Amino acid sequence: MKRSTLKRADVLPFINCIPHGIALIDVAGNLLCMNDYLEVISGYKNQDVVGISARFVLRSSLPKKNNPIDKVALTREPAIVETDIISATRKKMPVRITVTPFAGGDTQSCVLCFIEDISFLKKLDEHYGGEIRSFGIRGHSKAIQDLLDFLPVLSRTDATLLITGETGTGKDLLAQAIHDGSDRAAYSFIKVNCGALPGALLESELFGHVRGAFTGAHTDKPGMFRLAQGGTLFLTEIGDLPLPLQVKLLTVLDDKEFFPLGSSKKVQVDVRVIAGTHWNLDNLIKEEKFREDLYFRLNVLRAHVPPLRDRQGDVKLLADYFLQKFAVELKKVIQGFTAPALSLLMDYSYPGNVRELSNIIECAANMCPEKKITPEYLSDNIRFPSLSSPSEKGTKVEKTDGEQILRRLSEDRNTIFADNWKGTEKNMIMETLLFCKGKKGAAAKELGWGRSTLWRKMKQHGIS
Amino acid sequence: MRILLVLQGDWIAPRFDLATEVLLAIIHKGKVEGKPREILLSRLSGEELCGLIVKKDVTHVICGGIEEGHYQYLTWKGVDVIDQVIGKARYALRLAKTGQLVCGTVIGKG
Repeated sequence: MKRSTLKRADVLPFINCIPHGIALIDVAGNLLCMNDYLEVISGYKNQDVVGISARFVLRSSLPKKNNPIDKVALTREPAIVETDIISATRKKMPVRITVTPFAGGDTQSCVLCFIEDISFLKKLDEHYGGEIRSFGIRGHSKAIQDLLDFLPVLSRTDATLLITGETGTGKDLLAQAIHDGSDRAAYSFIKVNCGALPGALLESELFGHVRGAFTGAHTDKPGMFRLAQGGTLFLTEIGDLPLPLQVKLLTVLDDKEFFPLGSSKKVQVDVRVIAGTHWNLDNLIKEEKFREDLYFRLNVLRAHVPPLRDRQGDVKLLADYFLQKFAVELKKVIQGFTAPALSLLMDYSYPGNVRELSNIIECAANMCPEKKITPEYLSDNIRFPSLSSPSEKGTKVEKTDGEQILRRLSEDRNTIFADNWKGTEKNMIMETLLFCKGKKGAAAKELGWGRSTLWRKMKQHGIS
Repeated sequence: MRILLVLQGDWIAPRFDLATEVLLAIIHKGKVEGKPREILLSRLSGEELCGLIVKKDVTHVICGGIEEGHYQYLTWKGVDVIDQVIGKARYALRLAKTGQLVCGTVIGKG
């Protein structure tokens, strides 16, 4: 007892200087001493509670059995837990308790509990969790943080917004986040893919029709604009919108009213329009495939979703997130990636952006029987990027000299992939020509085509 | 006087809202009437425990930490709440009988 009193006297002046709760607890879970801050929080005086089980003093929601504080006392491994305690003022305080083994003297070891009040952090978490984080946009990179900082501004207004970004970057997610953070969140968020339907059908889809408007129109159809009344309409792939419909959309954006197909009754709508595209609309305007006036009407606000290769450090975060998500879905225990697999993931350029990363991780999570993902379970795109990257393949194959191609092809013919039949056919022709040392007659025979067919296809693919 | 002690084993539970059992004792003229009754709670809930206290016409509650909301509710219902008590339940009851138990009392060391 004398020794322990001496220890308290040694430790107390030091721990009293710290503006957080600190308690020293012995291996049996009894309190040895606590600092002034914790005395105020708990409402007890040191001298009254020394020797009493710390759980009665701290009043946390940690369980009696398997209590992390007891575990640390046994294992001597530090631990951090988030819980809540009831203060002397009867306030339920969220706290983070860091428990570390502490050599409190030459005969007795104990644990040190560092108790931080995290009420403020929790409030911030609730605030931002409701506005940004829960919308599923993840990333710590500057590029994505800049976008997230801009998000409340985009949500607060009803102005038309144009979201640009490469395919798979998450334009839809951003549109949904903007809607969810806006005053229109209680109403519908409707997404229409302008490239998915032919013009006539798309007009009916967007603006609706009345019964008898055209053959097959057996009933009235409200259209997406009316279904999104009060909410947000997200027109994705706006670059693929047919020119005649662009005019009608422009009118609706200006007047907030339109005539459904076959109807003489004007419909007024209160809808916020967000458009998304992976095309460069400036180029489409130059090619006269997109109306300039619609572009100006849509481009009131603009947000660009950065490609994954520009999001420094987000690949690991997203890879971990997707792995955790798919492991839970597949009910598998996968702890992470091996160092070589992680290195491959970090070095890849991701032409398909976050969608491609998600697919790669989903595939690996499905195939991998190990506890950690190894490189062999990553797709060939990652392992052999120079051969299989769809965006790079065309140029790379043409630039490389014939012998290299032949060697690479003969090494593993199956590693050549193409994103479509056209690419596959081109590869096949080139491979055969190289195999036949440029003799077109032999190549045609090898391919089972006539010379003229081979010549025509070579011209089609631009192979000289 | 009907006293309800919120228990964790033999001790007063450190948290009102996380208690799994309670002890109900009736005190008449400074003596316990009959045998105090132990009640096991179906689940951890401060609200349900408040409901039980009101239903059983409890006049005094002895507990460890209690949230302001529950405290205010019980005092509004006329229940005298003696909280932040540390110690074994039987000693707490003994002190309560004589009116010596107050908020923040630390009864024994264990």
